[in-house]
Amino acid sequence: MTSTTRFRRSHGTLSGPLSGRFSGRFSGVAARRSQPSGQGADTLVSDLQAALSPDRVRTDTAQRRLLSRDASVFEGGNAGPVCFPATTAEVQAVMRITAMHGRAVVARGAGTGLAGGAIPLQGSKSGAPVVLSLTHMNRIISVDTDNRVAWVEPGVVNLDLTKHLRAYGFHFAPDPSSQQVCTIGGNVANNSGGPHCLAYGVTNAHIVAIDAVLPDGSLAHLGGLEAEPAGLDLRGVFVGSEGTMGVATRIAVRITPNPEAVRTLLLSFARVTDAANTVSAVIAAGIVPAAMEVMDQRMTQAVENYVHAGYPTDAAAVLLAEVDGLAAGVDIDAAAIARIGQEQGATAVRLAADDTERALLWKGRKTAFGAIAQIAPDYYLHDTVVPRAKLAEVLEKTYEIADRYGVIILNVLHAGDGNLHPLIVFDAREPGMLDRVHAAGAEIINASLAAGGVLSGEHGIGVEKQGYMDRMFTNDDLDHQNRLRRSFDPTCRSNPGKILPGTHSCADIQSLPKPAPGVWG
Amino acid sequence: MCRHTIAAETGTWGLGMSAAPAPLSTPVRPPDPVLTEFAEVVGETGLVAVQGRRTRWDLGGTLDPSARIINAPSGVVSYQPEEMTVRVRAGTPVAELDAALHADGQRCALPDRDGTVGGAVAVGENHLELLGRGALRSSVLEVRYISAEGRVIVGGGPTVKNVTGFDLPRLLTGSLGTLGLIGEVILRTNPLPACSRWVCASAVDPFLTHDTLTRCGAVLWDGANTWVLLEGHAAEVDELLRRISRLGRFDEVDGAPSLPPNRWSLEPAVLRTLTTADGPHVTGRFVASVGTGVVLAERPQPQRAQDPAVQLVSARIKSEFDPTGRLNPGRNPVDR
Repeated sequence: MTSTTRFRRSHGTLSGPLSGRFSGRFSGVAARRSQPSGQGADTLVSDLQAALSPDRVRTDTAQRRLLSRDASVFEGGNAGPVCFPATTAEVQAVMRITAMHGRAVVARGAGTGLAGGAIPLQGSKSGAPVVLSLTHMNRIISVDTDNRVAWVEPGVVNLDLTKHLRAYGFHFAPDPSSQQVCTIGGNVANNSGGPHCLAYGVTNAHIVAIDAVLPDGSLAHLGGLEAEPAGLDLRGVFVGSEGTMGVATRIAVRITPNPEAVRTLLLSFARVTDAANTVSAVIAAGIVPAAMEVMDQRMTQAVENYVHAGYPTDAAAVLLAEVDGLAAGVDIDAAAIARIGQEQGATAVRLAADDTERALLWKGRKTAFGAIAQIAPDYYLHDTVVPRAKLAEVLEKTYEIADRYGVIILNVLHAGDGNLHPLIVFDAREPGMLDRVHAAGAEIINASLAAGGVLSGEHGIGVEKQGYMDRMFTNDDLDHQNRLRRSFDPTCRSNPGKILPGTHSCADIQSLPKPAPGVWG
Repeated sequence: MCRHTIAAETGTWGLGMSAAPAPLSTPVRPPDPVLTEFAEVVGETGLVAVQGRRTRWDLGGTLDPSARIINAPSGVVSYQPEEMTVRVRAGTPVAELDAALHADGQRCALPDRDGTVGGAVAVGENHLELLGRGALRSSVLEVRYISAEGRVIVGGGPTVKNVTGFDLPRLLTGSLGTLGLIGEVILRTNPLPACSRWVCASAVDPFLTHDTLTRCGAVLWDGANTWVLLEGHAAEVDELLRRISRLGRFDEVDGAPSLPPNRWSLEPAVLRTLTTADGPHVTGRFVASVGTGVVLAERPQPQRAQDPAVQLVSARIKSEFDPTGRLNPGRNPVDR
């Protein structure tokens, strides 16, 4: 909760230059005027209300303004009518009605995304997108321990699912820091990660089947409970597509047995590079812990002031490592990690004595972003991945970049899989500060790519990193990504304007090539 | 990025950032002469199919006999055990890759049926030891393939975690070479367990055995006998063996049983009905992979029905990626 609030605090500050620019467009009249054609435009809202119910199609300014943004720093979204469907059939109805009216649709869960993926964007020729809030579709439909899956609706909150599964001895493995509020539908859209994805994998490895409403309103059953579904892996490509391929309305998630034993270690280091090198050395030793998280000193100090978990505030960096499984195995791995840490220069190694201490240490890590308000009122959280062997080098680079631009950078990272989260904290009221923040962020991204890394490990591309996609992919690569996207959404109505840069996205809608006779019927 | 270009004013979608990165002065990646040469061999016209070692050659339909047969490049390009990744050409035998990985104490998720890396990825079937090795689809981090237009395309990325862009590696995995001809992949690797032991028992409940094991490499069942691959530290393997031994007597064996030739894909829970009258009609000898739903049987699985919407999107994808149907003509992944 806290981190969400902080982001919105940032919103308010960061939105200054744009505030008011969209105010006129939030009115229903303005939205209707911006229809590409007059045909049926005036009936959009009444058609939606007839399909759902008047109280579940909101057109008031407050609701539209709220759902024009997400937890990212981006402003400028423009929500049209906001729909709250309760069933798959209602989602299908919204898709068909919006198709008839030529409107885009943007589905959203809790809006905790950090890359602007849930922000409704208005094209130059179309009206404000209809926003589909899936928060009313929040039932855990069934738990099937024989198949080790649970069927859920997209609005189920990640942590609520894990709490529900506790009675069965299972949990949902992806555990993003926002898991107290983020939804499974959002996790599917973003292919979300989390600290424990090091051993268990990100969301895509935990989604078995999806009932998806496609942009034309048809219902597709993607994947399946069987071991190896026939055909192309449409389930696999739908996960992480950031809502550009349709709307998931029923999701079969893989449930994971709870581990019998867990050991959590906190290692302290006098140098950040020692912590990073320990991570590489642990992997090189053949150990894949459930999680390996690193926080630097500024981050640790902020966290300790916030949760009082006993983090060492004098350490340059701490490594939180967790192993789980059988008691016999976790003791061996925990001892090995402690030994490797000491070989790499750890100044202290602490083993959480019990579940209470373990929970407190994790509380510190998972509330890290809420803790930084003590340092400055605003922050910008980055997300890149680099090869583990380059972690120390790129971390050093982030500090050098921070010094050069006169900003403060705190580092907290899913170090086990090389996922950096440099956090730039600042006061946006300082003249010129925003420009420095953006310039520093751009250099961090470039440094990560130069080190052989990728643009995003778990936040996605959204609108945040579209401009960087051509630094990782050629025109031909992006063209193929767009071919995949438009196979699901030929008219580009499902969350348009995301992921791909302009020349490869909905600005470039083309007619589909006709298949040659005999090619797959 | 707080000063956005506004969609309606620029004529495109999006909140383009004012601080957009400067144009690149260098190419995204240097050309790879080996893949460039492979692309030239693929060409831009004419029916073409890539062959591995033909171990699953008949899968997905009969290849158009007029297709030109070509081979993908071979060899391990780079292997970084500390990154848990390996970059390998598609024509490399899986056995050769395995040997390279084993030398550094690692393994991968590809099944070794005497085939090639590219063949295994294009087919997309999991290793029999799926429970220990993980799913093949999740292990393909990056794919480099030749498009129907004869261009080198890269999807995914080199790191173990990555959500940058649309997931072309998952699309190409299991596509039977019908969307692009795979030239190279980066695979996630994993450490070899410190200790591995195959054990076998008769007259134990294989499902209870599976539920008793908190970790294992595989649980196989032929309707009478249950084979278990125990993995982990030696102390863990001993402990797991103690636990399942309460269900019946397990004896050490050399490995998995011989497997019937045809692969069935079922829901894991359906395996409980394999020997009952109302179960799937897997007549004859079978070996079922408990916990995964894969069954190897004497006769092939009947054609599985496909959702019409999935069929439509799949046909669109084929049209987009291979509009003239020149890549592996005659094959369709639905018929796997």
